[in-house]
Amino acid sequence: MNNLFFLLQKEFRQIFRNPTILRMILLMPIIQLIVIPLAADYEIKQISISVVDQDHSPYARKLVQKLTASGYFQLVEYTQSYAQATQTVGDGKTDLILTIPPHFERDLIKLNKGQLYLAADAVNGVRAGLGTAYASQMIGDFNREIREEWMLLPKFNEIPQIEITSANWFNQHFDYHLFMVPGIMAILVTMVGAFLTALNIVAEKEVGTIEQINVTPLKKHEFILGKLIPFWVLGMVSITLGMLIAFVVFSILPVGSYLTVYVFSAVYLLGVLGIGLLISTFADTQQQATLFAFFCMMVFILLGGLYTPIESMPDWAQWLTKANPPAYFIKVIRAVYIKGSTFTDLLPDFFAMVGFAILFNGLAVLNYRKRST
Amino acid sequence: MATVHVENIKKTYDKGSVLALDNVSFDVKSGELFGLIGPDGAGKTSLFRILTTLLLPDGGHAQVAGLDVVNDLWKIRRIVGYMPGKFSLYQDLSIEENLQFFATVFNTTVEKNYHLIEDIYVQIEPFKKRLAGKLSGGMKQKLALCCALIHEPKVLFLDEPTTGVDPVSRKEFWDMLDRLKTRGITIVVSTPYMDEASRCDRIALIQKGKILELDTLTKIIGRHAQNLYAVNADNRYQLMHDLRKPAEIESSFAFGEEQHVTLRTPENGENYLIDYLTQTGHSDITVRKIDPTIEDVFIKLMLENQ
Repeated sequence: MNNLFFLLQKEFRQIFRNPTILRMILLMPIIQLIVIPLAADYEIKQISISVVDQDHSPYARKLVQKLTASGYFQLVEYTQSYAQATQTVGDGKTDLILTIPPHFERDLIKLNKGQLYLAADAVNGVRAGLGTAYASQMIGDFNREIREEWMLLPKFNEIPQIEITSANWFNQHFDYHLFMVPGIMAILVTMVGAFLTALNIVAEKEVGTIEQINVTPLKKHEFILGKLIPFWVLGMVSITLGMLIAFVVFSILPVGSYLTVYVFSAVYLLGVLGIGLLISTFADTQQQATLFAFFCMMVFILLGGLYTPIESMPDWAQWLTKANPPAYFIKVIRAVYIKGSTFTDLLPDFFAMVGFAILFNGLAVLNYRKRST
Repeated sequence: MATVHVENIKKTYDKGSVLALDNVSFDVKSGELFGLIGPDGAGKTSLFRILTTLLLPDGGHAQVAGLDVVNDLWKIRRIVGYMPGKFSLYQDLSIEENLQFFATVFNTTVEKNYHLIEDIYVQIEPFKKRLAGKLSGGMKQKLALCCALIHEPKVLFLDEPTTGVDPVSRKEFWDMLDRLKTRGITIVVSTPYMDEASRCDRIALIQKGKILELDTLTKIIGRHAQNLYAVNADNRYQLMHDLRKPAEIESSFAFGEEQHVTLRTPENGENYLIDYLTQTGHSDITVRKIDPTIEDVFIKLMLENQ
């Protein structure tokens, strides 16, 4: 126990002396939490639209006005030539072409139907998909308005209509930040827990200090605990910092209890510290550890449901996410923050995290034993 | 009694394809300053790592202070001091903090064993607040020695402590080892510098994992009394070539400004060499009979070993 105390004293001394680690722990959460949610917004606004108006009727103008007034579309071009509009798409200056054919208004009134042509630049699939969806919805609205205008007073509903009204639960205003901030907090804890630990232990190998430690009577478990405890503490500090920034900058407070967040963070950190330890058993240089960490981070984030919902992944990928510890933690943090889930609601995830902690630490110890001969 | 006892130690790397130590056996007496002398890659570091319990041997036995290096490793770790060839202290801790840390790890304090390190520590004490990474090579050396001594070890293993250190610091370092020896600490030191052999009580010449010769320096040199001649002439390159040709010449190697030559027949060596070189058309010929140094012995043994 005495030895552990001196090891911890040494470790904290080194950490507080290392400006890079301090910056990683203090500045990284601030920058990531402030910049990423503000910058990486899923809601697509400002879709550029070219209108090819070959009709020049009041209805055509009304339709264009409706689209541009919504705030989603920005009219970049108003022309009569479809060829010119496709050229603008080719130049990358517009996302969507709405073609209003000649006699649109006349056909609409006389024949009771009109045709519009919507073309999207699908190089960016998300923009194209959302752009056509928004536009179709607005054209639908426009259509209804015209019908109402012509029927004036519909005495009775001749055609049965199903109208869908949607309500967003837990995140009523569809606030992207509310979704993103807790997820990024989870990733931050992962980085501090897994990679700072791995880099720190590998640095001792690389510099050779581990050699000097190994000839002392210090036991292996003392050395490992001396490494894990400081980074466990730093992980808890970084989740606290994250929660603080979430509140100060985005006014996001967990609907559930802080205790649940901390309990899960504590257990989850044990698991990611195990990952760090495991990396350190087979990496001999910090360069190797960093490259491996980089690879892991990509998997962690992309298969963790931070940006893309796990539910919309193919089946095999959904199975993969079950082996991805951050996927659980991201889910838990979001559940506590947005839904107010309680500890018992998240019990399966708790057991999964305990499992990960045992698995990774166990593997690390096994691998360490194997290599120490 | 032997403080360090090594018996048929064998070590291979890369699944047996690289032989690092080939049945090495030797004893180091209590209170002795023992030198392992050999070029890079001779197996010195492997031997040190086995004796300090960092590496398991593939065969053979070794004991340090009567304790087996495989079975009693925890006991050995309490009584040996090890200074690896590469500076292995915490660069981001100060002199003082490093020393304190290694003292506490051995459950002791700097104050308790200060007498052991005093005359070394006073030289670096003015910089005790400085981070170890910012020290000069010589100061790092002294700090590493202090840290290896702070738990009052019975045996001190120093792996190439003077490599990369300036000549003045090297001399100082050996003076320090002499003083430590008077305190009864057994010291095993390795070095690639032949001139440092004279500072050891006994030396072992090691090459390619084999001990070529083991004794006091004077005895080793005496045993390999050779008919050694220092030869020089104006055309050095031609000289080197010509000296390799005759069967009478046992060996010939460049040694500083001269060519060191040994002959198979002991009589009239000087005359033979002068005659031979005159015949082959050399001028400005000088031939002196000289006493061999440890370096000559080592080169001779190395050639024999091949």
